[in-house]
Amino acid sequence: MTALLKTRDLDVGHGKGRKRRSVLSGINVEVAAGEMVCLLGPNGVGKSTLMRTLARAQPALGGSVLIGGKDAALLSQADLARKVGVVLTERIAIGAISASRLVELGRYPHVNWAGQLAARDKTIVRDAILAVGAAHLADRDVNELSDGERQRFMIARALAQDPAILLLDEPAAYLDISGRVEMIAMLRHLAREKNIAVILSSHDLDLSLRTADTIWLIDGRGRFERGAPEDLLADGRLTSVFSGPNIEFSVAERSFKIKTHPRGTALLKGVDDRIGLGQSVLEREGYALVGSDETPDLAVWVHKGGWTARRGKIEAQGSSFAELALFSRMQAETQDEA
Amino acid sequence: MEREHPAFAERATAKPSRHAHLLLAIAVVLILAFVAAICFGSTALSPTAVFETFLGRGAGTNEADIIFSIRLPRAITACLAGAALSVAGLQMQTLMRNPLADPFVLGVTSGSSLGVALVVLGSGTAIGAFLIGATDLGGSLAIIAAATLGGLLVMVPILLVATRLQSPTTVLIFGLMTGYAVSAFVTVLVAGAAPDQLTRWTAWGLGSFSAVTWEQLQVLAPVIGLGILIAGLSIKQLNALLLGETYARSMGLNSKWMRLMTMGTASMLAGSVTAFCGPIGFLGIAVPHIARSVLRSSDHQVLVPASIMLGALIALLAQLLALLPSQFGVLPLNAVTALIGAPVVIFVVLRARNGGFVG
Repeated sequence: MTALLKTRDLDVGHGKGRKRRSVLSGINVEVAAGEMVCLLGPNGVGKSTLMRTLARAQPALGGSVLIGGKDAALLSQADLARKVGVVLTERIAIGAISASRLVELGRYPHVNWAGQLAARDKTIVRDAILAVGAAHLADRDVNELSDGERQRFMIARALAQDPAILLLDEPAAYLDISGRVEMIAMLRHLAREKNIAVILSSHDLDLSLRTADTIWLIDGRGRFERGAPEDLLADGRLTSVFSGPNIEFSVAERSFKIKTHPRGTALLKGVDDRIGLGQSVLEREGYALVGSDETPDLAVWVHKGGWTARRGKIEAQGSSFAELALFSRMQAETQDEA
Repeated sequence: MEREHPAFAERATAKPSRHAHLLLAIAVVLILAFVAAICFGSTALSPTAVFETFLGRGAGTNEADIIFSIRLPRAITACLAGAALSVAGLQMQTLMRNPLADPFVLGVTSGSSLGVALVVLGSGTAIGAFLIGATDLGGSLAIIAAATLGGLLVMVPILLVATRLQSPTTVLIFGLMTGYAVSAFVTVLVAGAAPDQLTRWTAWGLGSFSAVTWEQLQVLAPVIGLGILIAGLSIKQLNALLLGETYARSMGLNSKWMRLMTMGTASMLAGSVTAFCGPIGFLGIAVPHIARSVLRSSDHQVLVPASIMLGALIALLAQLLALLPSQFGVLPLNAVTALIGAPVVIFVVLRARNGGFVG
């Protein structure tokens, strides 16, 4: 597979001359058709700068971006627009225009001087709107749309450019959790269905690790790493970037764990569908779970109707997990006093 | 994949006709206003008399003389000036993504005044060439060129500021201050003029469509026609700019060229009107907003024709209103346009949703 987008020793940053400030340098990546890439990293490490440089919204400080084998800096604005569709974080101030007209603007690099849409253009616009699953909203004014709906039409507009590459800077930034999952799933689908290279920056670690083919990872010191999500998980690179004083990135669960004040060990037993919930209560309270061959500080049985717990000679039972949390906490405190 | 989604089938028939009907209605009202502008003046003429004169009957009569030497050039000038200022305002609002942009408010008109004053005073002729009837072609072109360059002198720094600062109000204040500074130069230039020249300069400053002669129209009309044509040919580009410059570029717009061309056209349109009719305020800012709310659209495919026609229409109405209190002589045109325009601007500022664009 030939690379649709390729960078050669790309150096991104701001300013020029003496004010020049490089943010990331020496980036060499390749993206193939149908590939979905998620760019991850803490705030302020240059995710947007990299995205904007790839989109040629700002010039590269050094190196080059190759689009379909040609240097992007040498392409005309219209040629570039036929290859790369862009959705940025900036909010658009636009009203009194229908959502479908907004998508039609995406045909800009393909239509004549008068901007007249031929039948083929209209079909492409329609397909783009269908692809983002927003046909029922096509007649609405852009103002009447929610953030998520408007974002869908902005993506449809980029799709109407008929691009080989879609660049999206935090496309899910203004969306709620279900909206985010929906958005990423849609992009994943688009990449495969239309064989488009989709590159997006995101804060959603868990979701990105589940959906991306490739992860680009920028750590707090401006180091750039790339690889399949599983490889980055396997060699601990993700853990080192995203662990902090109060959190730890858990490879097994692909999400963050909050470090808590350790309270002791616990043995947990009980029915299958409740044991996971019990575990999350005990972990939150700072207990490390141990097997039955050790002597735990706390022993807990969870069953259908509630729980029974014992520490030393004190035994208690209750029906809700809130009571269990309270018990495990109180136990520890009494122990401290003794 | 489903081919005929009901939402799409409906849209194909419903939307374009509403705009077409509205544009047609505006055109009809515009023609009526044009006829009214010819009928009314210091002496009222009946529409039948006007039509008969146009059909060639009654040539050489007093009516024919009034119509052809005063009313007709005045009405045509009003249409041209109104359309030119409105299109320039629309171009500036879209280019800067600033609902408060317009040649007068941002001081472009002041820059044009400076250009006019420099040419007129520098060449040793009296102030306000049109008032003394500088009828030769060269003179008219020179004044238009000077007014355009003067306008650009203000336009360029404003646009540089506008690309760096997003706040419409900051750009507005910058424009206002630049306008004041440029006006100060004009005042210094004019201060040395003779009293009768000063009176004429003041009269020019109040704005008027009445002073333009047929000979001057032969220059003014093609220049404005060219400017409006360029605006009409850049509808696609203006629409792309609705999403802001970064998006417009990502969709293939050559933004540097577009910026240069739009600035040049807007300065030329505003400059030529200023050269011949004086610094006329508020039409440029108000008309595009009126067009947006009448048509309920930001699409330049309808906004450009609507702004041309509504600009002409409102200029004609302002001209008619200015005739009203005839016992005190006529009202200054600028007073009338301000009365029409200022409420629109206030409305826009108060309704600052969408960054102030009506929607």
